Amino acid sequence: MTPQSHTRTQAPRWALLLLAVGLAVVVLGTAAGSQGWQAWWSVGADAVASQIVWDIRLPRSLGAWLGGALLGLAGAVAQGLFRNPLADPYLLGSASGASLGVGVYLSLWGGSAWAMSGWVGLGLTGAAFVGAVLAVVLTLLLARGVQQTLRLLLAGVVVGVVLGAVTSLISLLQPQVLQAMQGFMLGSTAFVSWSACATMSVVLALCLALSWVFARVLDALSLGEATAQSLGVPLPLARMVLVGVISLATGAAVAHIGLVAFVGLAAPHLVRSLVRCTHAWRLALSALMGGALLVLADVMARVLLAPQELPVGVLTAVLGGGYLLWRVYRDADTGVRS
Amino acid sequence: MSDALQTRQLCAELGGRQVLQNIDLQITAGRWTCVVGPNGAGKSSLLKAMAGLLPHSGQVLWQGQPLASFSRQQRSLQLSWLGQGESSTLDLRVWDVAMLGRLPHQSWLGAPSEQDAHMVEAALKATQAWDWRERTLGELSGGERQRVLLARAMAGNAPVMLMDEPLANLDPPHQVDWLEQVHCLLAQGTTVVSVLHEIGMALHADDIVVMREGQVVHHGAGRDAATHAAIEAVFDHRIRIQAIDGQRVVLPRLGGAS
Repeated sequence: MTPQSHTRTQAPRWALLLLAVGLAVVVLGTAAGSQGWQAWWSVGADAVASQIVWDIRLPRSLGAWLGGALLGLAGAVAQGLFRNPLADPYLLGSASGASLGVGVYLSLWGGSAWAMSGWVGLGLTGAAFVGAVLAVVLTLLLARGVQQTLRLLLAGVVVGVVLGAVTSLISLLQPQVLQAMQGFMLGSTAFVSWSACATMSVVLALCLALSWVFARVLDALSLGEATAQSLGVPLPLARMVLVGVISLATGAAVAHIGLVAFVGLAAPHLVRSLVRCTHAWRLALSALMGGALLVLADVMARVLLAPQELPVGVLTAVLGGGYLLWRVYRDADTGVRS
Repeated sequence: MSDALQTRQLCAELGGRQVLQNIDLQITAGRWTCVVGPNGAGKSSLLKAMAGLLPHSGQVLWQGQPLASFSRQQRSLQLSWLGQGESSTLDLRVWDVAMLGRLPHQSWLGAPSEQDAHMVEAALKATQAWDWRERTLGELSGGERQRVLLARAMAGNAPVMLMDEPLANLDPPHQVDWLEQVHCLLAQGTTVVSVLHEIGMALHADDIVVMREGQVVHHGAGRDAATHAAIEAVFDHRIRIQAIDGQRVVLPRLGGAS
């Protein structure tokens, strides 16, 4: 009898399904324009229309998928590492760090037209990324490393609150940056370029590979730290690498699509409620789920009130928050612990 | 008889309090040693220090070699650990949990072998947890979960098994099952060290270590009258050990110490 014949997991089927849904919605997204649905296959050889599809809509949809996948993966790693189903990829301070980076950038160069074009270039993206990474470094310094999980979480909260306060102070002193800041805080995929897609793809591949290598450590950790240690897993190394994965994935996502709420929290939750599997599958499925969720939300945000566009972060917050609330009530009713 | 584990001048602190004081102990190979004592006596700390899970001074020797010189994997191959009340997330399946016990035997990224699957199946069947293999830990009761965790520890097939309060949450029939499993392990040559609060069960052990305030006050055979006297003393004579039908039972001594 082979080991596999003892148990069956539905994980491979779900992976294929989620990948197919994600790709289908990415393709669908290329037909969602400011005038509502506009099938690209019907525009024929129109050069302008094909440029819109290829240079704006496709990278945007793909970027939404990649950003969602990065957040889903970071969320699954965070929930496994901190052994807390409420852990969120932003909990190491990366979100508030990215906001501060954007705030500082905008206050230095104002809301000028060329600064706003920085969405497309490296300016604002770079500022957000540097802010996110510096905030995580600050959290790690305050927590004196990654070995004390509780201290790490506490330091993340403190960094989040303090940097958030500094960002608020900047926007209070320089009200002109407020509107541009808001665009970032609510999350938007409007300015994702092909180069952004390339960056996010590389980061996603790297983070998936690194977290997969330590997936068994996350399985062992789910039984408690002492048990994990007794099983001989390299806990200190795993913590270091996995905190790196959370920071890098979140930083790359936030820098390109802003602060999209709830995807990182809800994607791993959804996966847990749908599939029984080990972390090796759960991490990949959470990435695929995050991608599918965000690209779906992005397409909805574009067409619901067309030609007006909703900030995608608002939509994910409403949908993700609603879903989590439903889970809490359902679990309370059935006595299930998530 | 050789020693499986030995401690020399073992000391440990927890939150500034000395929980283990100069403990010199020999755990005989192939026997069941039970550690008993009142709350806060340092029983769990002793077990953790022996498993290398608690920073300590002094030495722990495995067959004469310092355990500190072992690699993580070597140590986990020799010592299997079953902790008490560790907070765990409950969404792994029973099969996957038991398979974690085989981690020390597997290459880092390698898939489980036939042997791994065979050992996991045997362990789950031994603890009567086989029927739940597709369920998650969250779908089991506390006692059922404990049996899965015991299967996980047994699946590792280590020569020494350290168990911290393995009877927690188990109902009387399953406590008896556990006792039988320990006898099976002993028959296979495994050395078992357990911390137990159930003194009646502990009295079935080959050897008993009696602890109080971080020190070993007695170490003797489970059937010795001196051991029974030491246990009664360490619990302030609030319990009495008596032989009934060839077995020893623990009775409460009502009305305070006499």
